Amino acid sequence: MNLYAVKAIYSFEMSRAVRTLMQSIVSPVLSTSLYFIVFGAAIGTRIAEIDGIAYGAFIVPGLIMLQLLTQSISNAAFGIYFPRFTGTIYELLSAPVSPLEIVLGFVGAAATKSIVLGLIILATAALFVDLHIAHPIWMLTFLVLTAITFSLFGFIIGIWADGFEKLQIIPLLIITPLTFLGGTFYSIDMLPPFWQKVTLFNPVVYLVSGFRWSFFGVSDVNIYASLGATLAFLLLSLLIVWRIFKTGYRLKT
Amino acid sequence: MSAIISIKNLSKTYAGGFQALKHVDLDIRRGEIFALLGPNGAGKTTLISIICGLVNPTTGSVTVDGSDIIKDYRRVRAMIGLVPQELTTDHFETVFNAVAFSRGLFGKAPNPAYIEKILRSLSLWEKKDNRIMTLSGGMKRRLMIAKALSHEPTVLFLDEPSAGVDVELRKDMWQVVRDLRAAGVTIILTTHYLEEAEEMADRVGVITRGELILVEDKAELMRKLGKKQLILQLDAALTGLPERLSGYDLELSPDGKQLTFTYDTRAGRTGITALLNDMRDAGVGFVDLDTTQSSLEDIFVDLVRSNR
Ligand SMILES: Nc1ncnc2c1ncn2[C@@H]1O[C@H](COP(=O)(O)OP(=O)(O)O)[C@@H](O)[C@H]1O
Ligand SMILES: [Mg+2]
Repeated sequence: MNLYAVKAIYSFEMSRAVRTLMQSIVSPVLSTSLYFIVFGAAIGTRIAEIDGIAYGAFIVPGLIMLQLLTQSISNAAFGIYFPRFTGTIYELLSAPVSPLEIVLGFVGAAATKSIVLGLIILATAALFVDLHIAHPIWMLTFLVLTAITFSLFGFIIGIWADGFEKLQIIPLLIITPLTFLGGTFYSIDMLPPFWQKVTLFNPVVYLVSGFRWSFFGVSDVNIYASLGATLAFLLLSLLIVWRIFKTGYRLKT
Repeated sequence: MSAIISIKNLSKTYAGGFQALKHVDLDIRRGEIFALLGPNGAGKTTLISIICGLVNPTTGSVTVDGSDIIKDYRRVRAMIGLVPQELTTDHFETVFNAVAFSRGLFGKAPNPAYIEKILRSLSLWEKKDNRIMTLSGGMKRRLMIAKALSHEPTVLFLDEPSAGVDVELRKDMWQVVRDLRAAGVTIILTTHYLEEAEEMADRVGVITRGELILVEDKAELMRKLGKKQLILQLDAALTGLPERLSGYDLELSPDGKQLTFTYDTRAGRTGITALLNDMRDAGVGFVDLDTTQSSLEDIFVDLVRSNR
């Protein structure tokens, strides 16, 4: 194991985050605060409690998930895409590093960043609404697993993308809609029966639901279904990453 | 002498179907400076990229110090430093951090003193805290060299090292290369600047259109293929060549005071003795003489022409 390489990649990526602090921390925190003000404070007071939880608090797990998913993906995607774009990837490819070490460095850094971000948003939320977390260990487990899974997914996008548009397109066209439709702002049993069934095909539902359960002890779907879905997605991403390195896809000619 | 790099039957066909390398066999000797000489598009970068792990070979194998470049990639790559043709750097990183990053990537424990030594030898120490984007092109090139040397490689690849580099920097760079060679590092450089191969290399390999057409000691190459010229300063100006000398490859300068005789060193007899005898008989005397050897450039042009 080339631990010096893992550390080099990891620290490089982390220092990039510090350089772009505005983009990586400030802007997600700001946009989340706006959600709280609009949905929590302004509209939320007019909305009845859901499952016995004040609306302002109810949306917290979903909003954290939303940022966790989009930021994990864009962090990791950008992290690996940028060296490909500038050409500095040559150094990575010529170094005595294994695919595992490359993934540990890039995905580890991207996941760390989004975990920190998730916790910052949580702290921000606590300023606006009353929060207490029923299952903190589960909460952290979901936070970490989701961050890793979607950083892996972002890594895949960063390798697949051959332009900046493709880098944006998946988060924008798939992840954000799925999150908004995944029960971030509502409980899925508020939907008509037909749409409740359709919604169960949305993987983000399981993430949001499980995460919300760890806060309030109530969920739309079984907690183990949530855990299972998260792990299945993690496994799928790992499999794709393994294939990429096996075939050298888009990294080597 | 043992080979440090051994290339066997190496071919590369790119995805589009273009064959950039055709059955290349080559041994690089330990501690030598080897120049891979060829025009643009000959396959030099492709060859280097395969050895360094950037491009997958289509057929063939390469070993470095006895280890296969694919099966034993960790050991092989830890030995190799690469300065690529293109200047690709991370604009926002500082010079020192960029070099420290490379060292870590290649699996070496941090060693600030060593990095300082490299940066000083490349006149980059004053710039160590500057961001890379503030550097000039020449400094960036030196930074790329510093990065390649950061992990103390025993084999160094320089892909077109003097492209876009000014004379001053080139001199410094060659000094660094000579010092490395003196320290036992094997150096492979590619170039289409022929003076470069001539000036630096111990051995030269000529590559065109993916084929390695010749590998030779530089001196041997020059000796074997070189045309020589004998230049005679005449004691009196001639208005034309005397009848007697018409059988020789001679050229008279416009002022009639200098006679140039071109001969082939590969030929058994150069014809010099006969020429001098005939000149004496024709009454043409000379006050001074000089010989020049053709440059690698001439040799190269000859080679490529005869290969067509
Ligand atoms: N990734 C690639 N895909 C297709 N063709 C390539 C690729 N890289 C290089 N080539 C072609 O292979 C040939 C050799 O290129 P290269 O090795 O860069 O030559 P050199 O370094 O000697 O100038 C060129 O004709 C080039 O166009
Ligand atoms: Mg080239």
